[in-house]
Amino acid sequence: MSDVPIRFRAATEETPLARFLLIGGVLLGLAVLLFAPLIVVFFEALRDGALAAVASLANPEAASAIRLTLIVAAIAVPLNAVFGIAAAWFVTKFDFRGKAILITLIDLPFSVSPVVAGLCIVLTFGANSLIGGVLVGHGFPIVFALPGIVLASVFVTFPFVARELIPVMIEQGRAEEEAALTLGASGWRVFFTVTLPNIRWALLYGVLLCNARAMGEFGAVAVVSGKIRGQTATMPITIEMLYNEYLSVAAFSLAAVLALLALLTLTLKTGLEWRYADQLAANHRH
Amino acid sequence: MHIEIEDISKEFGATAALHPVSLSIPSGALVALLGPSGSGKTTLLRILGGLEFPTAGRVRFDGQDATGLTVQERRAGFVFQSYALFRHMTVFDNIAYGLNARPRAQRPSKPEIARRVTRLLDLIQLPAIGPRYPSQLSGGQRQRVALARAMAIEPRMLLLDEPFGALDAKVRKELRQGLREIHDTTGLTTIFVTHDQDEAMELADLVVVMSMGRIEQIGRPQDIRAHPASDFVRNFISA
Repeated sequence: MSDVPIRFRAATEETPLARFLLIGGVLLGLAVLLFAPLIVVFFEALRDGALAAVASLANPEAASAIRLTLIVAAIAVPLNAVFGIAAAWFVTKFDFRGKAILITLIDLPFSVSPVVAGLCIVLTFGANSLIGGVLVGHGFPIVFALPGIVLASVFVTFPFVARELIPVMIEQGRAEEEAALTLGASGWRVFFTVTLPNIRWALLYGVLLCNARAMGEFGAVAVVSGKIRGQTATMPITIEMLYNEYLSVAAFSLAAVLALLALLTLTLKTGLEWRYADQLAANHRH
Repeated sequence: MHIEIEDISKEFGATAALHPVSLSIPSGALVALLGPSGSGKTTLLRILGGLEFPTAGRVRFDGQDATGLTVQERRAGFVFQSYALFRHMTVFDNIAYGLNARPRAQRPSKPEIARRVTRLLDLIQLPAIGPRYPSQLSGGQRQRVALARAMAIEPRMLLLDEPFGALDAKVRKELRQGLREIHDTTGLTTIFVTHDQDEAMELADLVVVMSMGRIEQIGRPQDIRAHPASDFVRNFISA
């Protein structure tokens, strides 16, 4: 009697048809929603040749927009990294009344429309407000200037770092910190030698997400910046203005640079993951 | 070190984790705090280590009031229930942590630290695992590393929270013997928390039976077995 070969299938494995449909669906979705638009951006940017694209970026307005966006990200991201660590630390290592309310407040920027956030900043710090009037009087305007753009970016990107850190810090608990304290370490030493190394990957993801959003934010910045060409127009704002003026090569060239910055961020993250794969594995709970 | 606990109580909000309890632990004793979960034994251990502060009462070390001492000032070698090894550090760095954390003037030199870590690795009979990470160790090895890390600070006492709780029965038996030996060679006053009456009776010189935040009975294992002070103790030790 010859044995009929039996094909065993693991309990969690799907039939070939189901696999084909699921994977195919994901690939189709990725192609339509992600890759096609990305390719179109680069295609449009290079429509008149690479020289035209580069020339449009050398234009003072575009150069100023790139510089401003990088400056804003360079201020907003470190600020939110510190705020995020402090907030996550406070929420996860201490028990206090009103904790749930605080966590909800941290998420507030996710649920509030960026335009509304921008308007709130204008109303609070604008030249006609009490605080804004005093500051403008001392030659330190907030709205329609760099501080306002930074403020708007910080508000919009506030939850990213804290959101990444809170679940990790809850999962890790307090035992390692307590152990370090019983071994004689001071609070700061515990933070730098135990807490920070344990959260560094979550912190990195949070910072990268925060950075991507800070560079790409449109709504809140559009309201507070006043869109002054060459002065307060960030990259997304400048892209919109150029596009509205039918300068599509210039618009898409700048859009391509913004997309490249995002791709660079992702590459950096993947590279670090690959480089430190051993540590990542060792870091996981057994 | 002789430890005295005088009318210590602890409340978490409205719930009392410890009703006033008093206990005198002679220097060099190996003591078990025995009781079911929620009996207050871990809270009492954490108060001794300085990780919690009592709502009322005093703690004395060798007659000196230690109630207000910070966790760092207590110099208690603490072994946590799931060991709480620093997972991003090698075993060597874990054990050296307490020595490296000392103020510069009291910190041993690098070669001296290495010598002490090597000696501790020998003491726990795992001389070769210094370069490994905690995730690469078995449960029993982790427990011994946690013990070595606590011993490295030259503690005044050893406090262990369910030190054998996460281990299988065979390893548990071996490590009981290991703790007994370390206690006998160092002569440190040692207090461990357990819910396992066999473990308490076999290992400890003095057993403190606790229930619902109160001490039910204090005594040598054979005395507790022969004369249980209450129905609770009788039921618990025969379980």
